Amino acid sequence: MSAPKDTWLDREAGPVVRPYAVTRGRTRPQGDDFDLMAVVTVTAQAPLDPRRLSPEHLRILQVCAVPTPVVDVAVDVAVPLGVARVLLGDLRDEGLITLVTEPETGKGPEEGVLREVLNGLRAL
Amino acid sequence: MDYARSDPAGGAEQLVTTKIVIAGGLGVGKTTMIGAISEIRPLRTEEVFTDRGVGVDDIAGVEDKATTTVALDFGRITIHEALVLYLLGTPGQQRFWFMWDELALGALGAIVTADTRRLTNCFPAIDYFEHRGTPFIVGVNCFDGAARYKPEDIRIALDLDPEVPVVLFDARERESVKHVLITVVEHVLGRASAKRGRGDVPASRM
Repeated sequence: MSAPKDTWLDREAGPVVRPYAVTRGRTRPQGDDFDLMAVVTVTAQAPLDPRRLSPEHLRILQVCAVPTPVVDVAVDVAVPLGVARVLLGDLRDEGLITLVTEPETGKGPEEGVLREVLNGLRAL
Repeated sequence: MDYARSDPAGGAEQLVTTKIVIAGGLGVGKTTMIGAISEIRPLRTEEVFTDRGVGVDDIAGVEDKATTTVALDFGRITIHEALVLYLLGTPGQQRFWFMWDELALGALGAIVTADTRRLTNCFPAIDYFEHRGTPFIVGVNCFDGAARYKPEDIRIALDLDPEVPVVLFDARERESVKHVLITVVEHVLGRASAKRGRGDVPASRM
């Protein structure tokens, strides 16, 4: 993996904790996977015991205080996408977050959305 | 952050997300293009590989598999407070092909970026979107010094269907990239109304 001639410093050196250590080795969430574009948000329920949650879990709950797409959760919490999904799955199991969008059907957006996007792009 | 304040119960002003996939070989200007028009966000994905480079689902034996970090080109354009358009670049390397299905799922459409010096590099992406039924356009990034061809010549060279738009653009220029994005959305809308006119049902996924 490592190139001996290069000196990797700070962020270049990669995370101190390997990404999937945060998820205790799990690479997929329990239950349905989270689509990249799915919007998630916190439920009204508070964590029963916040000490059982990792700092990353707690950070996701903060980010998802407003409805947030899964891709943005990964960016905002600064974890790889796969890790974000596993952690989101944990929080869903605990009833702490919920999906606010329909599951992705693969059909693409409706015409009204396309027209809004077109007008928005023209106005950029 | 300007996310919509949505009320999941009421559903008023629910945040809607959509995406355009930007494909093309390494070094063709995908990152430059996304950066020219949107707020680039550092998205990583940590992928688990077997020695065949295929994603692995099961948890057992993960210790034996190598993981590799893939940085994705990812940009965000806020159309308005309840509608966000994402631009997602596909990883150029062949070993990351398995990620394409997820990136393309539900995409509004796709842009295949091409470089006239290495035109054949975009054949796999064209085949992929044709096979999948994802509407796409071809954007030819005009690098300085690269031979300028007419869009029609490129269409012939790539053996494209007549209805697939081919646009020449400059990945560094915001207005030029904006034109490419508008062309995709117009193309998708045009296909939708053509289908309606013929009374066809929308094409299902292959």
